[in-house]
Amino acid sequence: MIEIIETQETAAVPVTVKRESKPLKKILLICSKGTLEDVYAALVMTNGALMEGIEAKMFFTFFGLQAITKRGADNLHTATVGNPAFMPNMPTVVAGLPGFEAFASYMMKKEMDKLDIPPVTEFVQMIDAAGGEIYACKLAAEMFHLKKEDFLPEVKDIITVGDMYALADGDGSQIIFV
Amino acid sequence: METIVNVPVLATNEEGYLKNYKDWTEQWAIDVAAGNGIQLTDKHFQVIRWLRQKQDEGVALTIRKVGHSGIVDIKQFYQLFPGGPLKLSSKIAGIPKPVSCI
Repeated sequence: MIEIIETQETAAVPVTVKRESKPLKKILLICSKGTLEDVYAALVMTNGALMEGIEAKMFFTFFGLQAITKRGADNLHTATVGNPAFMPNMPTVVAGLPGFEAFASYMMKKEMDKLDIPPVTEFVQMIDAAGGEIYACKLAAEMFHLKKEDFLPEVKDIITVGDMYALADGDGSQIIFV
Repeated sequence: METIVNVPVLATNEEGYLKNYKDWTEQWAIDVAAGNGIQLTDKHFQVIRWLRQKQDEGVALTIRKVGHSGIVDIKQFYQLFPGGPLKLSSKIAGIPKPVSCI
């Protein structure tokens, strides 16, 4: 696909500058956070890319690792304290009461279910079935004492930062950081 | 992308989706699929019929719903309609372009 983007009229002879538009071919999504909304943002964008025929890979690091552990995946929470966009009129003291965060997270999951947004483990399975690849960060895994068997079966490997960059090779690749 | 459609010529929008899904014929599906490099099998038609049935019922479709249809799982769905499975299968099934993000 070639589109004409501008015609320079200042030159003696008008010159047409052509630029090839390059479609996005591959994305690498880095998920560094373990809150419900951040993990879902990463999962939705990855799945959305696959739905468009874009190759997609995911790399989970730091607290994001929690989202791909067998124990943590379906138990993610949204932060009710230190999150000004969450119920703006809610006093921090109330939002910090025991059980409040669990309740808020439960309500959010219920709303998401209405929109046909799957739980994290099912979302990971969907991405895997669609050909997406999921990796865990080696350094963070060591920090949190997590081993291969602690992760969901769809997690392909535990890799280094260098290996991660290799995932994003080739023309038309982009890295998205969450 | 150009889609070559044999007779009868049906009204489509600029993206190639049927304007009226009731106009749909099997031949139209076969032609559109062929234009996208897909040769339709019985399995394809099962999915297409299921999609059309959901359209009749007014259900907004998602990949997840197709995966739970009992006809194909998500992996098979991607294999049957490579590239953008939900969009491509919707186009072939003559139903409007899906608007879901899931």
